[in-house]
Amino acid sequence: MSEAIRADVRADVSAPGGGATRGDGTGAGSGSDDGRPVAKAILDAVLEGNSVVVTVLAIFSAVVVGGLLIAFTDPPVLHAWGQLFSNPGNAFVQAWDAASGAYSAMFESAIINPHAVAAAFHGGSVTAVFNPLSETAVNATPLILAGLSVALAFRAGLFNIGAAGQFIGGAMIAGWIGFAVNLPVVIHVVVAVIGGFVGGAIVGWFVGFLKARTGAHEVIVTIMLNYVMEFLILYLLGLTVFRQKGRPDPISPPVAGNATLPHLFGSVLRVNAGFLVALAAAAAVWWLLERTTIGFQLRTVGSNSKAARSAGMSPESTWIVVMLIAGGLAGLAGSAVVQGTDFVLTPQIYGTYGFDAITVALLGRAKPGGTVLASLLFGALHAGGIGMQAQTQIPVDIVTVLQSLIVLFVAAPPLMREVFRLRSTRAAGQLEARGWSG
Amino acid sequence: MQEAAAANSNVTVKYLQSTTQSDYVPNINQFISQKCGIIVTVGFLMGTATQNAAKANPNQKFAIVDYTYSPAIKNVDALVFDTVQDGFLGGYLAAGMSKTHKVATFGGMKLPTVTIYMDGFWDGVQYYNKQHHANVQVLGWNEQTQNGSFTGDFTNQTKGETLTQTFISEGADVIFPVAGNVGLGAAKAVQTADSSGQNVNMEWVDTDGCISAPQYCKYFITSVEKGIQSAVKTAVLAAASGTFKGGNYIGTLANGGVTLAPFHDFQSKVPAALQSELNQVKQGIISGKIPTPTKSPV
Repeated sequence: MSEAIRADVRADVSAPGGGATRGDGTGAGSGSDDGRPVAKAILDAVLEGNSVVVTVLAIFSAVVVGGLLIAFTDPPVLHAWGQLFSNPGNAFVQAWDAASGAYSAMFESAIINPHAVAAAFHGGSVTAVFNPLSETAVNATPLILAGLSVALAFRAGLFNIGAAGQFIGGAMIAGWIGFAVNLPVVIHVVVAVIGGFVGGAIVGWFVGFLKARTGAHEVIVTIMLNYVMEFLILYLLGLTVFRQKGRPDPISPPVAGNATLPHLFGSVLRVNAGFLVALAAAAAVWWLLERTTIGFQLRTVGSNSKAARSAGMSPESTWIVVMLIAGGLAGLAGSAVVQGTDFVLTPQIYGTYGFDAITVALLGRAKPGGTVLASLLFGALHAGGIGMQAQTQIPVDIVTVLQSLIVLFVAAPPLMREVFRLRSTRAAGQLEARGWSG
Repeated sequence: MQEAAAANSNVTVKYLQSTTQSDYVPNINQFISQKCGIIVTVGFLMGTATQNAAKANPNQKFAIVDYTYSPAIKNVDALVFDTVQDGFLGGYLAAGMSKTHKVATFGGMKLPTVTIYMDGFWDGVQYYNKQHHANVQVLGWNEQTQNGSFTGDFTNQTKGETLTQTFISEGADVIFPVAGNVGLGAAKAVQTADSSGQNVNMEWVDTDGCISAPQYCKYFITSVEKGIQSAVKTAVLAAASGTFKGGNYIGTLANGGVTLAPFHDFQSKVPAALQSELNQVKQGIISGKIPTPTKSPV
């Protein structure tokens, strides 16, 4: 491909970014190219319209609103509000205690617990100090991988709503290799992880293939394939081959010890090699996007598929390759869960990873580094939520509310700018140009 | 559990909800580190996590609902319910109450804890046919082929409503949903049919429907109950008073772990002859004279 065309495309996509020189953006306002201007405009707004400042403020606002929710829904606090006029101070004290207690329990379960640190100095367990961080990493692992899957597809202008289905594809094959095949140490776990990638990649490839050949919209196809895969795994778990001996439940036998992802720091801390796989995958996606010809084609097709075509690229084959890799990444998430934390296949194995993947990809602005950070944040919220629920009995649903609020605020940058009196989009764009992410 | 707390003021209850199954292990660990007297887990999905935790912490007491271990684990009270037995009674009653000679059942998902009810319902109808030389048909499930109708989850009431409307239009006049909250959709469809002059009723599942969904009580002939509440209460109180034994518990008609709920509004509508037949069938099942086959045994 000639330098001239490369420069052309670059100039085109960087124009709306307020003088940004990197060519990784999708052009705002170029929505007419693919027959779905609204969807593309929304995507552009989320991916390009935000600065790091807006993201941080969105998280801050979500924490404030979440705190208010806790303060207004916790039963003892509600009781105190009932006595607002007889004992006004008490209501506010209780509200503050409930919210701050919830958040400090969350922090202690996700980052570091001062009591555990103090105990460690007096002969307590050192692993207890690192357990919260380990839990955060464990929760973040499948989110990073599935989030990268969605992010990569976003960059090629595709909405991958099918991370759940691809996750199941990966989990199925990784799990089957794990419990049905006998292989030596090291080789077994590697083969199973590769199997996970392949399982997801098959599902993803199918989506790309249908879009390229028939023009079927990937949103419809991926959503439908989610159902297909959910029922496929339920069906397979009904077969004797996929079941534990002598049990009627739809649960597979546990994966063999050789196929489990090894723990990184001893047997107590659950953080395992899957986390390293996730970080390596993030680095690989960054390299693919920023340093390879495929990555350049992918971003170009994502910016403007017509321009890409007239520059001699084939959007069709790009879609197939992108969906293949994206599916594989989601499949790796499935392998990380079945080989790292759950060890058995069940009909519920896919959890909420598919949709959480979309939110972390949006929050991470479809960039590998951003996706990793967003996944770590969500992983921390999740790990913290479990601790908060156990210590304070505040429902864990508050974590879902927090996550949703963060995404809502990130998706509404004008609101954030208005609330916090930030300067215009242009200023935000400039911040972004030297902001985080790869 | 709340009943246990009410019965013994030393009992305080804490709940943890799992959003994905990867939460099971950390949630159980949270309770172990809080030194709870007994940890109650629910559902076959938690079977492995509970087993591993119980083996790693032999002094921690557990109870699990809907899962058993062989061999039994001595610090786990495994509570299962042979709901094929009261499902059988439900089927017999439905067949006896049907005017159209068509009854219907459907499930939320094709899981053993669901299909065991449907097997029992099917068995009961077949037994009624044999006793009365009748030909009551079961829509939505066939025990021999293990094929039938499922809505796909336990929450989407609209699907339950649509499916029930289909059954009603095919002529079924007693519906038995085994699908948790989806059953409310079925109840709505029954209500709609009733208000348009059709004579359609249903049986509720798991709990006494006249208590858990009283707004539809007048359509519930009975409920095919599963005594989770009382079994858990017993386990919790045993742990609190130091008489905890562990091992497997199977709820049956004989020990009252599974049962048909009272008829409530139907007390006068179920013929006395049918009520006494039901009692005989119940005794037959308890004594083992009437077999209750199922492909999803507990």
